[in-house]
Amino acid sequence: MNAAYLIVAFPLAGAIILLFGGRKITDPVSGWLATAMAAGSFVATVVVWATLLGRPGSSRSVDKTIFTWMPVGTLHVSFGLQLDPLSILWSLFVTGVGTLITMYSIGYMRGDPSFSRFFFYLNAFIFSMVILVLADNYLFSFLGWEGVGFCSYGLVGFWFDRDSAAVAAKKAFVTNRVGDFGFMVALYLMFAHFGSFNYSVVLAPLAAGHATIATSTATFISVMLVLGAVAKSAQIPLYMWLPDAMEGPTPVSALIHAATMVTAGVYLIARTAPILHFSPDAQWIIASIGAGTCFLAATIACVQDDIKRVLAYSTVSQIGYMFLGEGSGDYQAGIYHTVMHAFFKALLFLAAGSIIHALHDEQNMKRMGNLRKYLPITFPAFMAGMLALAAIPPFDGFWSKDEVLDAAWHKSPVLWALGVAGAGLTAYYMSRQVRLVFWGKSRWETSAADHGAAGDTGRGGHGAASEVGHGSAAPHDAPWTMTVPLVILAVAATFGWLLNAPFGGLDFINKWLAPIFPSTVATPFTVSTDTKWVLGVVATAFSLTGLALGMGLWRKAVNRPALEPAFLAHAWYIDDGIAAAVSGPLARMATRFSFVVDVRWVDGLVNGVARSAAGAGRQLRRVQTGYVRNYALAIGIGTAALLFYVSVRAGS
Amino acid sequence: MSVPSAWYLVLAAVLFTMGATGLLIRRNVLIMFMCIELMLNAVNLTFVTFARLLNDIGGQVDVLFVLVVAAAEVVVGLAIIVALFRRRAAATADDIHILKG
Repeated sequence: MNAAYLIVAFPLAGAIILLFGGRKITDPVSGWLATAMAAGSFVATVVVWATLLGRPGSSRSVDKTIFTWMPVGTLHVSFGLQLDPLSILWSLFVTGVGTLITMYSIGYMRGDPSFSRFFFYLNAFIFSMVILVLADNYLFSFLGWEGVGFCSYGLVGFWFDRDSAAVAAKKAFVTNRVGDFGFMVALYLMFAHFGSFNYSVVLAPLAAGHATIATSTATFISVMLVLGAVAKSAQIPLYMWLPDAMEGPTPVSALIHAATMVTAGVYLIARTAPILHFSPDAQWIIASIGAGTCFLAATIACVQDDIKRVLAYSTVSQIGYMFLGEGSGDYQAGIYHTVMHAFFKALLFLAAGSIIHALHDEQNMKRMGNLRKYLPITFPAFMAGMLALAAIPPFDGFWSKDEVLDAAWHKSPVLWALGVAGAGLTAYYMSRQVRLVFWGKSRWETSAADHGAAGDTGRGGHGAASEVGHGSAAPHDAPWTMTVPLVILAVAATFGWLLNAPFGGLDFINKWLAPIFPSTVATPFTVSTDTKWVLGVVATAFSLTGLALGMGLWRKAVNRPALEPAFLAHAWYIDDGIAAAVSGPLARMATRFSFVVDVRWVDGLVNGVARSAAGAGRQLRRVQTGYVRNYALAIGIGTAALLFYVSVRAGS
Repeated sequence: MSVPSAWYLVLAAVLFTMGATGLLIRRNVLIMFMCIELMLNAVNLTFVTFARLLNDIGGQVDVLFVLVVAAAEVVVGLAIIVALFRRRAAATADDIHILKG
């Protein structure tokens, strides 16, 4: 089990080496180093997983304390790793997908002047993420939570010389602060109620049915944690940062903003399931947020032109499904969808990166087209990812989304209806995307002259470097370091569902997670097989309809304003509304606080204290005359006063 | 006939007050020094009076200690005063800072 330390140690070592030696390590070497470290972490995770697999289900939870971090009174917060089915499952796909994406980045980031810095961030991210999922208490996990937030900030703003990237990074960071507020309040409440942050103290008795917790307390803690999860996982009402986060390099979008970090909220909710069990209200909130988000984001994704923004809104929408599954009480379904989504969304982003790379940093789908003839590896890979995302059987997304929708049906038909509508929209926007990118006329030839050599995304060194990389003008597939991860992920997107197939005893993930979600944590329910068939057929019908519509409507014309209503293109004006609110009343309030409250009151108080101290000093200085007679007089008066006091007291 | 004890105490209080007043209002170091001696001896007088009054030898013993300390003080104090007058003939207590090395 000591391999558990290596899961954390490998990426940490990589990050430290790249942080201090990054300038000396040249172009491909730092990438390979980072890949090796990520791969080492993955292998260590597999070893731990195999060890746990060799044990009976009830004893698959091991707590490895490294050292006590904060011994404060009765509170002992430790740096400790909790190895159990949930954390190891997350760790497996974080390090596995992380390795593939790090490897892909070697090709993608080639020639970037800050090559090593990029891989430092990637390793630091993987380190923080495994801390987040492996920590044995909420506070240590919160450390990883902040760590991934920092790496996300650094990577979204990786090309910080572009204003839009710097602004997007700031937006992601600030939005996440709102969620952190919730997380921290939840921590305080937890400390007040349980006196500890350790999962073994807080959650284990609840999960084992030994303890109960008042509904109001459970709801308050849960809602605050959900606020944290909502910010990190880009759900309503804090999803706005994720589409903007696409300013980062594409591998970052794949790793952090699709496959792993944004699922931290899903992890947090799954981890907190024993508390949620006591709060039906919180479960309703999670399910409603999930259903609402998956529909809303899907509608916005239908009208985006930027290939990555479509995928970004799609990610928001898909995480909505995960929340929906968890809120409906079927945690396994939500987690199953998380893993499947990690496969196919990482694949889609990497394939999109491959397309962007081939077209010299062109991201607008309306300036693509006909690429299936030029990208023989990327095209089938993208199609596999697209079919998985669109939930077309037998690809990944179909199975996991089906389970989520079954649970949603059991919770409420309204939630189910939103989910199914979202599924239809998903198929529509994905088919629109592949139609625009891979079919039709090749519009990139004409547009290449329009926007010149600088590229409209203006990525500094990267654009120039990829020019050097491609000898010919025609787009072609990327080097093998980029295509190998694509192929592996395409296979995973096509066959990954076998990890949890609903027949033939193949439901490995369900069985693996069963010890984490006993009936005292998630009340078991069954949806009859007949109902499942009907629901599955209806959902698939929606998906196929969406697919047909997308493929049909976008066959000829590229610009169809009727299909791209402005209010969707503006994301329901939610962003604009928030911007107006922030720049209007909020900005006025901030100005008032800044110039009136801060300058006059706060500064006034501080300066007043200083001034009164100085004044008191000036007055008191007069006492120190340096004349012996003054001192003698003071002594005399003092003595007389003391004597008077003593004699009066003695007299009374 | 014996003198009542209160008279000794009153005398001591008068002497002490004179000494304290002199210490505060005079600037001549030598006079101030003598005033301190006056105060010390006023205190000695009360000690002796109370020793007699309470029939306790402790007060008289204390007087011996005070005399010893006063003698030591005279040695140090006069040395300083002499050093001061060597610097400046009309020196006062406020001029002691001129001795600062």
